[in-house]
Amino acid sequence: MIELKDVSRTFDSAEGRVEAVRSVSLTINAGEIYGIIGASGAGKSTLVRCINLLEHPNSGTVTVDGQELTALSPKELRVARKNIGMIFQSFNLMASRTVLDNVAYPLHGRNMSRQQVVDKVRELLRLVELSDKENAYPSQLSGGQKQRVAIARALATDPKVLLCDEATSALDPQTTLSILELLKRVNRELGITVVIITHEMAVIKEICHKVAVMDQGRVIEEGDVFSVFAAPQQLLTRQLVESTLRLEKINSLVEEDAEVVRLAPGEQLLKLKYLGSNVSDPLISEISRKFDVNCNIIFGNIEIISQTTLGTLVLIISGYPDSVSAAIQYLIDNKVEVEVLHHAVS
Amino acid sequence: MQFLEALLPNLITKLPELWECILETLFMVAVSGAVSFVFGMILGITLVVTRKGGILSFPVLYNVLDKAINIFRSIPFVILLAMLIPLTRLIVGSAIGTKGALIPLIFGTVPFFARQVETALAGTSHGLVEAALAMGDSPMQIIFRVYLKEGIPAIVRGTSITAISLIGLTAMAGAVGGGGLGDFAIRYGHQRNQTDVTYVTVIIILLMVSVVQMIGNYIIKKTTH
Repeated sequence: MIELKDVSRTFDSAEGRVEAVRSVSLTINAGEIYGIIGASGAGKSTLVRCINLLEHPNSGTVTVDGQELTALSPKELRVARKNIGMIFQSFNLMASRTVLDNVAYPLHGRNMSRQQVVDKVRELLRLVELSDKENAYPSQLSGGQKQRVAIARALATDPKVLLCDEATSALDPQTTLSILELLKRVNRELGITVVIITHEMAVIKEICHKVAVMDQGRVIEEGDVFSVFAAPQQLLTRQLVESTLRLEKINSLVEEDAEVVRLAPGEQLLKLKYLGSNVSDPLISEISRKFDVNCNIIFGNIEIISQTTLGTLVLIISGYPDSVSAAIQYLIDNKVEVEVLHHAVS
Repeated sequence: MQFLEALLPNLITKLPELWECILETLFMVAVSGAVSFVFGMILGITLVVTRKGGILSFPVLYNVLDKAINIFRSIPFVILLAMLIPLTRLIVGSAIGTKGALIPLIFGTVPFFARQVETALAGTSHGLVEAALAMGDSPMQIIFRVYLKEGIPAIVRGTSITAISLIGLTAMAGAVGGGGLGDFAIRYGHQRNQTDVTYVTVIIILLMVSVVQMIGNYIIKKTTH
């Protein structure tokens, strides 16, 4: 549905040249929810603007729905843009227009009677669950409601693609979830390809099928959300994943030598990661019984990502050195990924 | 009536002339105001869309207009009155009288109003323009449906400020025989030391200014949501 080939975008400013996007190539398939994550300044907002050519790439080609946008005339591009909806962090609703007129905005200039426009808008407002607000002005709405209006407006032209530029970054966690639910529904019910720009891994985890990680203008890692979460390749990705799984806390506790992770001689601090099916096996009680070791669970977390389970456990294991080694081997044999975080030598 | 005669001994004998002067002032404000509104609006919009990063970015044009406006704005109005005499003769046929004042008034007001419009439209958030672009709007559609529509309260504010300053300029145009209330106040109030004339003129101008301000505030209130 969307294909970026070798897209670069640089800005020349008084402070010098900024390479916001450096030869990025991406393929986004129809019907996918595709997340692009990175820190602020990584170039992700510029990249998403290259998809509808709000930012014209300095080089490379952009193809959306089989049409090479970078080859179109300004007039053809305006027509093509009606096929690509976009929502923003700051909502960008027109303050002087009611909710109804905001959603009707992109329908201007079509051969539609006022009644047809109103019917279409009402249908969209029903979809975003704001039917009772059609005569309200944006200033009378909460942030979440504003974003719903913006989504309805973006969908008014029946686009095939919806671009979301930090669409939930200005919202509280509860509202974020409800907006993500709505985007998921839009994707499922209307079959629209959704591209999400965010700096929050939680957003990716919640709704994306695929993810690309951006750093300094480049895509450094890309793949299924589950595989990226289960086996992050790059340092930045690992940090992003750990912070969502709240694992960074353990690392800092170990560094601070906090009481809860302080080990007696012979004890080991282990991090276990297990995927999918083996989550349900009672492995911890099994190793306690089989190998006569003690397990003290410090931290546990189970995430469900794209319908697959990803579990993490941090525990202190103690017992005879041979039993401990045998227990660890048993875990490994059962496809649990074991990492020794700390080992107090006896 | 006797009370008024005692209070305004000089003015009371010139009521028909006062009325005529009020009409002259209103004529100057209305005609030069209407012409300035159109040209100032066009210039203001051009400034906003042609500057760097604007929707029709054209920095050369922007810089030329920007400098020209600065030059005209820095010429004191009394000097502009004298400077434009040849041009005024060419356009309206006479450099004196109410008609003769129109050209200098327009030249004094257009740059001022253009800046007011520029400031008003520049207040439109870049995000709105970006959203409109993303929805496939053309530059013309963005000017009318985003800048002008969303900018109405700010444009009205700039318009009432300009109208008030224009009323002040018409009084000054009186200095070169332009007629109107300023002329009236200078001829009688100042040159013949008839202070009651001056005071009444000031009160009338004050009323005009207040009416403009009230109308402006009313429209702003009605169009701000």
